[in-house]
Formats: sequence, structure tokens, C-alpha cells
Amino acid sequence: MRIENRQHLAQCREDYRKALECQYKKVLICCGSGCVASGSMNVYSRMKELLHERGLRVDVELQHEGHEESVGLKRSGCLGFCQMGPLMRIEPMGLMYTKVSVDDCEEIIEKTILGDEIIDRLLYSEEGKSYIHQEDIPFYKKQLHVTLEHCGHINAESAEEYIAEGGYTALEKALFDMTPDEIISEISESGLRGRGGAGFPTGKKWAQVAAHKDAPVKYIVCNGDEGDPGAFMDCSIMEGDPHRMIEGMIIAGIATGSEEGYIYVRAEYPLAVERLKMAIADDEAHGLLGDNILGSGKNFRLRINRGAGAFVCGEGSALTASIEGGRGMPRTKPPRSVDHGLFDAPTSLNNVETFANVPTIIERGAAWYRSIGTETSPGTKAFALTGNIKHTGLIEVPMGTTLREIVFDIGGGVKNGKFKAVQIGGPSGGCLTEEHLDLPLDFESTKKIGAIIGSGGLVVMGDDTCMVEIARFFMNFTKKESCGKCATCREGIPKIQAILERITHGSGTIEDIDMLQELSSVVKTCSLCGLGKTATNPVLSTLKYFKDEYIAHVVDKKCPAGACRSLCTMWIDPLKCIGCTKCARNCPVGAITGELRKPHKIDPEKCIKCRECKNGCPKHAIKEV
Amino acid sequence: MVKVDFGFIDSVLQKYDCDKTRVIAIMQEIQNEYKFLPKDALKYVAEKVDESEAELYGVATFYENFSMNEKGKYIIKVCNGTACHVRKSDDVQEAIYAATGLTPEDHISSDGLFTIERVACLGACSLAPVCTVNGVVHASMTPEKAHALIQELREAESHED
Repeated sequence: MRIENRQHLAQCREDYRKALECQYKKVLICCGSGCVASGSMNVYSRMKELLHERGLRVDVELQHEGHEESVGLKRSGCLGFCQMGPLMRIEPMGLMYTKVSVDDCEEIIEKTILGDEIIDRLLYSEEGKSYIHQEDIPFYKKQLHVTLEHCGHINAESAEEYIAEGGYTALEKALFDMTPDEIISEISESGLRGRGGAGFPTGKKWAQVAAHKDAPVKYIVCNGDEGDPGAFMDCSIMEGDPHRMIEGMIIAGIATGSEEGYIYVRAEYPLAVERLKMAIADDEAHGLLGDNILGSGKNFRLRINRGAGAFVCGEGSALTASIEGGRGMPRTKPPRSVDHGLFDAPTSLNNVETFANVPTIIERGAAWYRSIGTETSPGTKAFALTGNIKHTGLIEVPMGTTLREIVFDIGGGVKNGKFKAVQIGGPSGGCLTEEHLDLPLDFESTKKIGAIIGSGGLVVMGDDTCMVEIARFFMNFTKKESCGKCATCREGIPKIQAILERITHGSGTIEDIDMLQELSSVVKTCSLCGLGKTATNPVLSTLKYFKDEYIAHVVDKKCPAGACRSLCTMWIDPLKCIGCTKCARNCPVGAITGELRKPHKIDPEKCIKCRECKNGCPKHAIKEV
Repeated sequence: MVKVDFGFIDSVLQKYDCDKTRVIAIMQEIQNEYKFLPKDALKYVAEKVDESEAELYGVATFYENFSMNEKGKYIIKVCNGTACHVRKSDDVQEAIYAATGLTPEDHISSDGLFTIERVACLGACSLAPVCTVNGVVHASMTPEKAHALIQELREAESHED
């Protein structure tokens, strides 16, 4: 149904709110990529089936009228604690159940939905303590959800619920109470900076696009090409609260005088594409997108472009080239995309999380936004916390939160072994070490030590991760992703990668380390786009903080972390070996000898380190040193 | 050899108004149907959108997702993003190669069943290491689970026959 004007929107919001209030229990099942992978869709279907079987009234969609007492069953966006998935949140109790399986559904309905009983077995527990409410769990305690406020709390596939929760209030304000200039100055005053990596002030960018008053067409482009391996914040926003991002884009359109928008989504995010398509269709039907939005006379149309798997397309000019249907190769700047962007028209290109911040700023004001975070980096930042850490998942914290708080308080510390480093900002970032644990994470502080916040990937590494090998891993990645335009990036990175390959195989020399330093600096200074300019950051930062490890590899021919296979020796622990002969039979080169029921031995001369012995050992007696 | 249904290609072209700037979306739909880009189809698209074949080939080969080679019934994507890498995705990958008998150079297994692709990040980092089989995510993989998975797919296949 089309919403004709502002009063009508208020009426609809009221109706939807009433419908929500009639839901005496709300069951939110996390349907973010992580939980879907652990089977949450099956849990959803099973719950629906069982509720129907019992003849209970179930609301999946909100209705305008005829509200009756019912159970609200919703597919929500990412709740963040992906590792404990599938997650289920039950309102109004604020309960969170973890690792819910299809077999638990019957009991949940019986005890928790019909009664108010809590099933202890499904609660999250840590160190002997069970947590009933999501907010009390240590993982959530230090977080502050702004862009993720709806994720896990509303139905991600319902425009109605978004409206009921106050969605599109900011759009209303932008359309009817503010001039475009006022919107831009509000955003400028809020100090919002691009969340895609560079941290460029959003208000300034919008003002530059708005300044092209005579341009026949201008574009708003959303960069959802979240290519950094180890990052999934934008994915979660697109999947979990698509309307919020769309609202931000419409407001950007009004502010800059643009009527056309594109969302460029990474190919690997099919669920995000599906939810966005659904959201756009819903908003068009509601008259929130398209012509004459809410009767204001303003228009904004939105289109989705799916990426096709090229990391470089996260770079602005490469992304627009890709939307135009060409090879996604960056070009020289200036001219910048605010002057000559998509189809050569003035274009404001912002990241998903940036757009998701906009509605809140317009609604609650710049001063409120500035009260969060630090002086130069206001607001919050979403991070994807992964790697060798106890609690993995999606988090959002105020800018300026220290690494220690994130890794130890929220993440619960390293899973195996001792904390060694955090890779921040993906392949363009650097590593932060023990000495940086008290560093406040914001744009300035990270830049000062040669890293970047980037899009927000935090990959935690313990002492079993080899930093030389990690540098090699990133070079291997960027080598494949270089578009080939600049010689330094195209030729330099493979050279660096080859040297790192050599070092991790034990044939590196001390001169190689100097060569790495020199080559990395050349690639950094002489490449055109962000990819080349930052590609060697992982090498430079590991060289800076872990030079000892490089030296151990080239001089002692040892890998201190025990991760580089060629530098490891396989060894059988005689105390654990039961002499079952399995390893000797598995060994393809006959390097293992020993009598039945007596400890076996590996001949290091013959061993090819294939690990067949280790993988098959029933007693885990085979070690690598 | 796959036989290209030009009626289908026409319907895709029509959907995108034969618009040169939408060739990526057009090729994505074609690949969706055939799992790769048949040469004849590309040639036909080039003609219809008034673009040179070479240009289109350039675009198709620039992007990782487009394939010019036929693929197996089961496309196994092994994630090698940072989070998966740190949690030893290399071992999982090795196990999958071993179980299927493929090598990194092969596009498709000789029985037409498997294609293995290494991808950088599937966005399920918190469940690392992961792999997907025709889009379905398999979480927290180990070499043992990988062997079992391939075995399972093979068995499902023999039941179908």
C-alpha cells in the first residue's frame, strides 16, 4: 500500500506499533549468514510449523487492522554472537537462547512461549555462570549498538517493523523540516567520517556533490563490495537492517540533489542481495522510494549491481567502472568522483555503514552523535572479530575503545595459546601487537602507527601464527587481486610474494629482508590506487614489529610459531605413542619405523612433512617442532 | 559440450534492454544457468549489445567469478580468507583435493562431479574454517569432516543412479 504523505506515515506507524504490541511473545531467530550456516532457517521453519500445529496465531507480517493477540515469529538480522548460533531471542523477556536446534523447538514453545519458563540448557554460560539476558553476556556488555541497533531486534524482511520502530522518521524530517543545506551541515557537524577505510568527512563529500547545481544528473552510490577477507560488518547491516541503509541513501539523495542511486554488493553475499531486493520492492510499494516520495515531490530510484569477484572494485573509481559494465580498473585522480564519477556525473560514493549512520544523526542530532566516540572520530564502529579468539562475531563499539577491551573483555581472549597480534584493516592494514593493546581505536591513532581502521576486520592471532607466513598470505591475496594497471603493483607484489615464499620455505637470506623493505616502499609510493598504495602494509608492519621472526627464518632456519611446514620437524612423543603402527602404515615415504606396541620414530631425513602420520594418529602423539 | 539455448539468452538480453552497461548482470544470469560462460553465448551477447567480442572477453576474464570452463555438478568453494587461514583452512583444502582426486590445475573432475575453487572470504568468518557446496555453508571444517563430506556427496550420487 502506498503511503501518501507525512500524516499517513504517522498513521501507518501507529497501526504497525499496535500490531507489534499485540504480539505477547516475539520470537526472533537470527538469520544472518553465520546463523543460517549453522541451520537457523530450519529452526525458523520448525517453529512456524509447530506453532501452527498447536493452533496458535502467528504473525509473520504486521497488519494495519484487526489486531489480535499473537506470537510474532521473525527472521532477524545478525545478533553478532555468530559462534553460538543458531541464536534465538525471545521478547519481552529479553532472553537469548544459543545453539538452538530443530529438536529444541517443541520444548521452547511448551515452556517459554506458553509458560514463562526459562530453559537453562539453552542459555549462554561462561565459567559456570549462565546468562539469561543477552545484554548481560560479557560479549555484549561493552558494546554500543547504533548502526546495528535493529539487528536481531526486528524482522529484517519487514518494512512495517522498521517503520513501527521509528524507521523513516529521519527521512520525514529531511523531506519536510530541513533544507538540503541543513542536512549537509548537520552531517558535517556530526563529524561523521567514511566507514569504508579512508575516514573522509561525509558532510564534505556531500557538499562537493551538492555544489554541482547545474549537473543534469548526479548519483549516490553505496559501496557494499566488502572485499577484505575477515570482514563482514557491511554484510550484516545489508542483511539485518536493509531499510536503515536505504533510508540513509535517500537522505543523501535529497541533500545532494540526486535522484539515482546504486548499491554495489559483493558477489559472495547472496543473502544481502535478496534482502535488499525485497526491501527496495517494499519501499517502492510504500511510496518511500521512486517518484514523489511521501507526496514531497522529491524522487529517488535505487538499483542493485552485483559484483563479480574483484577486490579492486572496493576502490571508488574501479567500482564505478564496474557499474558502467567495464573492467573494474581504477583511474588517476583528480578528477575525483564527486566531480566526475559514475557515468562522468558528480557522484557521492559512501560505504554501507556510513549510510546506516545517517538516519540516526538526522533523527537525534549532531550533538548527540558527537557525544559518542572521540573528538576527531565521533560515533561508533562495527568490527568483525575473528581468528584465534574465544568469542567470534560482529561487534559495535564507540570509536576510541581500546584493543584490550575488544580482544579480552568482549572477545574473551585468545582461544589457543598466547596473544600475539591483531591484523586490522585486512590486506591493506597492518598488525597491532601487545604494545598497542591500550591504543584507542580511532582513525588518527591507528594511522600514527602505520595501520588503518579500514573497513573493520579484526583478525586475532595467537603464538601459533607465523607473522612471515601471514605477510606471505596477504601478498598472495593482493597478487591475485592487482588489476595490473601499475607496474609497481603488478610486478612488485609477485616479487615480494616470491621472497616471502622463499623465506617461509627456509631458503631466504638476510639480504632478502632488506630487499623486502625496499620493494615494499616502492610499491607503496608508486602505485595509483588504494590497493597498491596499501598492499605492502602487512609486510612493512610485520617487518617493523616482528623482525626477529624474519631473522629466525633466514638465519636459524626456524619458524618460532611452528607454522611454516618446511621449517618444522615431525616428532613422536614416546610417552604418548602406543605403537599401533598406524602412522608407519600411513607414511607414504616409509620414514617411520618401530615395533608393535613400542614407541615409533620418524627419520627426519626421509620425512616429507606431509602430516599423514599426524592426521591419523589416534593418540595425538605426533608433534611439530 | 553444452548446448546453448539462444531463446534463453534472448530473454536475458531483453530483461536488460541489450544495455552495454549491464553486461556484467547479463553474464551473471548466463553463468547462473550454465555454471560457466559458453563461448557461443558470449559471442551472441557481444553482437546483440554492440560490443566487440574481445572487449566482452576482457570484462569476463577480469572478474574472478566468471568462468570460461565447464564446471562440476558440485562446486566446492574453500574459503581462504584471513580468518579461515588463521584457523588452518589450508589443511581442509588439501583434504578436499585429496578426497576428490583433483589438483589445483584441474577445472573439473573426470567424472564431472566436482569443481574446487579457492575463494577469499565467504563472510562466515566466525564459523571458520568454512567451505560451501553449491552455496550451502559447511562450518568449522576439519580434514576429517572434509573427507566425510566428499564421501557423502559420492554416496548421494550413487544412490541417484
